Amino acid sequence: MMLSIRNLHAEIEGKPILRGLSLEVGAGEVHAIMGPNGSGKSTLAQLLAGRDVYKVTQGEVLYDGRDLLAMPADERAREGVFLSFQYPVELPGIANSYFLKAAMNAKRRHHGRPELDAMDFLTVARAKMKLVGLSEELLHRSVNEGFSGGEKKRNEIFQMALLEPRLAILDETDSGLDIDALRTVAEGVNSLRSPERAMLLITHYQRLLDYVVPDRTHVLAGGRIVRSGGPELALEVEERGYKSMEEHNAPGA
Amino acid sequence: MSGGQDARQLVESGEYKYGFVTDIESDIAPPGLSEDTIRLLSAKKNEPAFLLDWRLKAFRAWCKMSASDGEPKWANLTIAPIDYQAISYYAAPKKKEALASMDEVDPELRATFNKLGIPLDEQMLLAGVAVDAVFDSVSVATTFKSKLAEVGVIFCSFSEAVQNHPELVKKYLGSVVPISDNFYAALNSAVFTDGSFCYIPKGVRCPMELSTYFRINAQNTGQFERTLIVADEGAYVSYLEGCTAPKRDENQLHAAVVELIALDHAQIKYSTVQNWYPGDKEGRGGIYNFVTKRGKCAGAHSKISWTQVETGSAITWKYPSCILQGDHSVGEFYSVAVTNNHQQADTGTKMLHLGKNTSSTIVSKGIAAGQGQQSYRGLVYVAPGAEGARNYSQCDSLLIGDRCGAHTFPYIDVRNPGAQVEHEASTSKIGEDQLFYCQQRGLSAEDAVSLIVNGFCRQVFRELPMEFAVEAQKLLGVTLEGAVG
Repeated sequence: MMLSIRNLHAEIEGKPILRGLSLEVGAGEVHAIMGPNGSGKSTLAQLLAGRDVYKVTQGEVLYDGRDLLAMPADERAREGVFLSFQYPVELPGIANSYFLKAAMNAKRRHHGRPELDAMDFLTVARAKMKLVGLSEELLHRSVNEGFSGGEKKRNEIFQMALLEPRLAILDETDSGLDIDALRTVAEGVNSLRSPERAMLLITHYQRLLDYVVPDRTHVLAGGRIVRSGGPELALEVEERGYKSMEEHNAPGA
Repeated sequence: MSGGQDARQLVESGEYKYGFVTDIESDIAPPGLSEDTIRLLSAKKNEPAFLLDWRLKAFRAWCKMSASDGEPKWANLTIAPIDYQAISYYAAPKKKEALASMDEVDPELRATFNKLGIPLDEQMLLAGVAVDAVFDSVSVATTFKSKLAEVGVIFCSFSEAVQNHPELVKKYLGSVVPISDNFYAALNSAVFTDGSFCYIPKGVRCPMELSTYFRINAQNTGQFERTLIVADEGAYVSYLEGCTAPKRDENQLHAAVVELIALDHAQIKYSTVQNWYPGDKEGRGGIYNFVTKRGKCAGAHSKISWTQVETGSAITWKYPSCILQGDHSVGEFYSVAVTNNHQQADTGTKMLHLGKNTSSTIVSKGIAAGQGQQSYRGLVYVAPGAEGARNYSQCDSLLIGDRCGAHTFPYIDVRNPGAQVEHEASTSKIGEDQLFYCQQRGLSAEDAVSLIVNGFCRQVFRELPMEFAVEAQKLLGVTLEGAVG
């Protein structure tokens, strides 16, 4: 298993958010995690990526058999964990190209590969930008500064394409996108599916899953997974809402 | 003042003869300051009478200031008392004991050199290793000088200028920073030992960027440095001050004065990267950098541009300013100041609009980390006759951690109703979310901070000459090392 989450409990400022979450994700698999607001979806995404505001009180997370929680965020990233942020952060004054080259080279150094120079980087970047329909001009603007909502999300997928993660976590990548942008992003994500790469799609709505069809779908409620199934589960959520699932599968029930 | 008394006593007691009268290597005046000290200093340097008179006037002004208010107290700084009688005011060009090899250099200094990516030859030069065999600085300096002489540019030490171009020195010395301008300027005027002099003749564009770099290694200019740069009509010069490598200096107090004069259509671009010893992590030691820098745009359509990156010194008190006297003259101030650990900085600028249609730009970026305290202090003055004056000021502060402080003291004094003055200010903290975002992309916390800080400073760095900008960026990283725990 690439990712094994076992009985994970986590809290923030003493408030429990995750309460016994377990999940197994193998290489090449795409899992969708759906859930209502406050179910712990974003906590799970951020915690896996290494945000240290959450306190794990029980359970473990193994990434390729290694203790993921023991690794600092930057090391996780260099080891191939990527988070597409729900709210990408602006970095004023730092050119997107500079930032991405630094990120790519941090990873390359970590794996003992030679660093890319500016020319190599541009060649790679140009090719990958086409994937998500971003104009090259965005490379020269400050990271996410003044980007539209859609540009920010596409920029995340562009970064994912560049950094070629093994485990990609997409946190509400579909939120705030109009239908055309959603389709472009979905195409980008689909093109990055590969037998070596696992993906976790975290979403509130089913609509992204029309375009990126997951291998497995899970419903998260009250900090744990209450239902798991195939792609059809997403449709059931869409039809019947989260309410019914929460009622039948409340934690401790 | 008891200084005169002390010096006389020393002379009488016979200790003095080991000071000035002997002409051997240990040519250092006994500590203390008096008219006698100044007379001796001036005589030692074989100075013309006008300069001695000027020094004495400055000394008397300084004595008056000492007797009344003493040092300026208005800055947002905490300064331990300085004993001016404990300082030695004349030392012949110090011959630092050359080290035999790089192995003898402080390992911490070497580590910093390596982080800055300074080539070994230069490292040796900067660390004071005997380098003649490796790096022929003399021949470099000579090529340099002959190339400048071809176009008539005078670039020499202040002492040489006093001997060879007394008419220029007499005309311009003190014309921008008068002797009684402030406490430290008065002190400097009385006792300065050396510095740089530069004159660019009419219509000449200086063919290279002038730097104190080569000269400083030949001669320790000491703690009271004096710089005078004159750009005659239509001339252009870009001047770089300091080098980016850490300069360990035994002197605690540095009170320098820099004067710039730009005549009609002349341009002076003055860039500083200051990285003097900031003291240790507990705030012990470090340089007091109390500097008066001022430029006068004397001619119409002239331009003076200050760019400074201040990362060193325990305390910085510095306000590079522009007197915009000529019509249509332009003043610029671009500044990055960093305070980490216990460093303090009170820095900014004054833009004095006197001429018509003068304009000025102020971009100040302050970064405070550790327990550093950082103040921007600036004055924009528009005189009644300065029709059409314009100013734009932007002061941004960035805080790293929660024990540091950033303060902004903008003074605006507009006496012409048609003037246009804009001021923008912001204070931000490096956000947890920004750091996490960078780390999630694989950057270490330190690289992330350095990246964010460099982004913050970009507006200023792009004003620096290319190599300076690159080194300034690296320097910022070194200065802020360990700022994020």
